[in-house]
Amino acid sequence: MSVLLNCQNLTKSYGNTTALNSINLTLESGKIVGLLGPNGSGKTTLIKLINGLLTPTSGVIEVCGLTPGPRSREKVAYLPDNTYLNSWMTVEKIVDFFVDFYEDFRPELAYEMLSKLGIDKKTRLKALSKGNKEKVCLILVMSRNAQLYVLDEPIAGVDPAARDYVISTIINNYNPEATVLISTHLISDIEQVLDEAIFINNGNIVLQKSIDEIREENGKSVDGLFREVFKW
Amino acid sequence: MNWQLDKNKPICPQICERVSLLIARGDYKPHDKVPSVRDLAVTLGVNPNTVQRAYESLEQQGMIYTMRGSGRFVSEDVSVSKESISSLRHEKTQEYFIQMKALGMSTEDTKTYVKEWEQ
Repeated sequence: MSVLLNCQNLTKSYGNTTALNSINLTLESGKIVGLLGPNGSGKTTLIKLINGLLTPTSGVIEVCGLTPGPRSREKVAYLPDNTYLNSWMTVEKIVDFFVDFYEDFRPELAYEMLSKLGIDKKTRLKALSKGNKEKVCLILVMSRNAQLYVLDEPIAGVDPAARDYVISTIINNYNPEATVLISTHLISDIEQVLDEAIFINNGNIVLQKSIDEIREENGKSVDGLFREVFKW
Repeated sequence: MNWQLDKNKPICPQICERVSLLIARGDYKPHDKVPSVRDLAVTLGVNPNTVQRAYESLEQQGMIYTMRGSGRFVSEDVSVSKESISSLRHEKTQEYFIQMKALGMSTEDTKTYVKEWEQ
């Protein structure tokens, strides 16, 4: 078991607003981890720091033992919260694009999943519905053979049946050496597949525990605990 | 067999419970192969690590055994599974009587009620 993410006193401020307040966090390999928190709690800021899209205000962040940058990105498969793909491209073209871009990309796996979800590879991205666009993006990310998968809201726009397929895709492609970090609001849909949950609020990590520990200690689901902790 | 898991209880013991029930009832016979970790994880929609832990615990209790390279199998001696189910039966019955008590029924009333309900 190796450490894939290590944050020490990691702080990120935007002007006067502190988005992450000196957090300490470690993620080990071989886990599926939920990053859970209300809107504006710092989830996406943390994810962007992991991917080197933001630089820390202070503190240390290491991804697969490296400072986030081009070298660490080879090992991290990232699904952002909004798509960056060109909408005029066909699905097939985008798959080619990923083959060029990532050495660890497995096109045969991508095509298998696309056909299973009934997405035609000749379709242009802009002709797809919001949910189908999200499925394409997720399939592309999961088709990489990465060490760390970082999924920012992967299932929000996807219908419940496809959601089940997405979840079984995550389980099926699960590699004991890799870790999947999922940020989501749809906790009840996903909590059964998680090893552990991280609760984040106002830029602070308030809890990092295994799902069974949370259920054992509180007598309720992670979703139930979340609703209690973050009650208005 | 209903594999619906209770969302408010830890997952690992629930998996142990179901598998030992299947063994005790004879759905899985001695030396039958049990589903692989990944297959069961996908069927239940749970984390493979959780299934792994459940299997390790069942193995420790002697309900299943591992043949390296070919999978996990039901033990010859199913008495452990039967025992674990009889304690589960006890638990469920107790739970039922407690719930009926909350509805204002004494133990005697509940017994009479169950007999009537049967007919």
